[in-house]
Amino acid sequence: MSTLETAAQPEYLCRIAIDPLSRVEGHGKVTLFTDRDHHIRQARLHIVEFRGFEKFIQGRPYWEVPVVVQRLCGICPVSHNLAASKAVDQLVGAHEITPTAEKIRRLMHYGQTLQSHAVHFFHLASPDFLFEFDAEVARRNIGGVMADYPDVARQGVRLRKYGQEVIRVTAGKRVHGTGNVPGGVNKALTLQERNYLLADLDLMIQWGRNIVKLIKQAYALNPGYFSDFATIRSNYLSLVRADGALDLYHGGLRTKNDQGQILFDHLDYRRYAQVLREQVKPWSYMKFPFINSLGPDRGWYRVGPLARINNCDFIPTPLAEDERREFAALGEGQPVHLTLAYHWARMIELLHAAEAIHELLLDPDIFGDELVVRGEMAREGVGVIEAPRGTLFHHYRINEDGLIEKANLIVSTTNNNQAMNESIRQVAERYLDGKELTEPLLNQIEVAVRAYDPCLSCATHALGQMPLYVELVEAETGTVMDCLVRDADGTFRHSG
Amino acid sequence: MSEEQSFTLDGRRVPFQAGQTIMAAALAAGVYIPHLCFNREFAPHGSCRVCLVGVNGRMQAACTTPAAAGQTVESETGEIREIRRGILQMLFVEGNHVCPACEKSGACQLQAVAYYVGMLAPHYTHFYPRRPVDASHPEAVIDFNRCILCELCVRASRDVDGKNVFAVQGRGIEAHLVVNTPSGKLGATDFSIHDKAAQVCPTGAILTKHRGYEIPIGQRLYDRKPISVVGDVATLSESKGGRRHD
Repeated sequence: MSTLETAAQPEYLCRIAIDPLSRVEGHGKVTLFTDRDHHIRQARLHIVEFRGFEKFIQGRPYWEVPVVVQRLCGICPVSHNLAASKAVDQLVGAHEITPTAEKIRRLMHYGQTLQSHAVHFFHLASPDFLFEFDAEVARRNIGGVMADYPDVARQGVRLRKYGQEVIRVTAGKRVHGTGNVPGGVNKALTLQERNYLLADLDLMIQWGRNIVKLIKQAYALNPGYFSDFATIRSNYLSLVRADGALDLYHGGLRTKNDQGQILFDHLDYRRYAQVLREQVKPWSYMKFPFINSLGPDRGWYRVGPLARINNCDFIPTPLAEDERREFAALGEGQPVHLTLAYHWARMIELLHAAEAIHELLLDPDIFGDELVVRGEMAREGVGVIEAPRGTLFHHYRINEDGLIEKANLIVSTTNNNQAMNESIRQVAERYLDGKELTEPLLNQIEVAVRAYDPCLSCATHALGQMPLYVELVEAETGTVMDCLVRDADGTFRHSG
Repeated sequence: MSEEQSFTLDGRRVPFQAGQTIMAAALAAGVYIPHLCFNREFAPHGSCRVCLVGVNGRMQAACTTPAAAGQTVESETGEIREIRRGILQMLFVEGNHVCPACEKSGACQLQAVAYYVGMLAPHYTHFYPRRPVDASHPEAVIDFNRCILCELCVRASRDVDGKNVFAVQGRGIEAHLVVNTPSGKLGATDFSIHDKAAQVCPTGAILTKHRGYEIPIGQRLYDRKPISVVGDVATLSESKGGRRHD
């Protein structure tokens, strides 16, 4: 762990806040403490929102929960809906849902993975690849991408739209649908719906291949920077299928250490509480999960596309598997630790999602009429899924009347909490230390956070320019020495 | 055969029989007047005030006002729609009506009437009352957050089921639905999900237990056509499923 988590005497340091972070989902901020010589003494990522879902679903009927909790997020609500639905399946004794129900759910999930990954890369992160860090701020957003790379922007919009259509057909609505019910789903696909989704799919797969190629080109242009920027060695956690394949919907928990050695494998995720713990730190509302056997200092881990591609033995679709092999070669037998490689891994998954949708649409089970199974009721259920941003845990306990008594959610971004903090500390130390405050330098902090695709609130999200204030405060008197302001139109100015 | 009597409703001639209310005559003639506490199977209640109409220039509840020959009745005027919208907005803020997560959404009479009168936002400050969910019964769950005090369940249980399971307690703003048992729990009554009282709720306050969201979006009662065309939840034979009728 970096030594920059807590400075010894913060009262004698200058505090710089990047608040809010831009081009990420939700609201967060980064604080940096520097001494008079501009040396970084402390760097922290703070999540400033409070959601409270675990509390306010207490006392609600369990069958309502998947539909309620998906409101955590407007970008990947399907993840919360599915994780909760898998937990509710256990409550109603549906330990194995019908093939039709599982394939409709998978279709929904791959549709949302496709659209969520497309939103993150094209709308939020692509300016980090397509423009230099110190490029004019007004260009460094989706508007700039549309002006300079209209084909790339158009593909991003269409890919997202396609994923949203898959969700609409399976869940009833593009956002916050109600397709999943306790023990299954409420509808299968019609032939007309299947043909509608098949029509554009070849194009989506082709665009998926193109975007992986674009990322590889970006890496090839500057491999040194790509390899070094925000890179940290970490453990990795994800679900894998019984045969070790990448599986975003279901599987057992696998963790690897930074050498690539497996710590635990194919663990029934209902036992997650035995292997994972959460640490509370006084300066953050977000907990810090860690692998229990390694302790909080060594046991923190990363989740999400990088973890999944590092952890799986293979990807069960051919084009994405070819890309995975090429990607894995970077690690030379060990996991790939490059933080910017999150983008690369994410686009391999986007390609996989498009291929998986293709396979599912050709499967006759999606037209089946056995939609729901029920068994003996249970009082506790755990649902885990690989959400676009990483492993997502939903755990519910109900009382004898069927009302929620206790809920525990570990969302993907929480799993990456320590890792994101470590990455910004690495960037602060490597690129900011000893230098005077400038906007392009601070942007690098945001680029590091953005690589993880954090969903900071799972509800509100900002696109393009958000107002940003960076204040340099004299530590002893509290006097504002300098203030850099980014206005809503993207222009920067020094203020008072 | 005596000459048919009639009144005019928004300029249209509506026949009626002696003893009929304006509401009964209008519905019989296929003219929709929005309502919540009215159900043709029960004596008019006149409490929700959503069916206010102008009768010869005076505001009166259509469900309790007897039809009379030569009346001039106005329903779909801008002023009346605004009054109805205000009533709906107040109903929505008095309780906790979270349509996005409610199982009844899409097949809810309260929601459908709100859309019909043009209400798209609550407008007023929410009361956010703290009300419990009673899931003590093996077949049904009562979410008191969604009760609008129409008393349809009270009337159905008392007048049709003969069980007298429900009552309204308190006055004015303190009025609230209760279950007639010492514990106040539905599980302590002989209520059944097959009772008339379980079929008449115009909101999602009384629901079948362990079931939810079974009707896909697009096939729910009011997904494609407004309530003025589809009709009330309680009067439709398939109302338990909430599936639309084409």
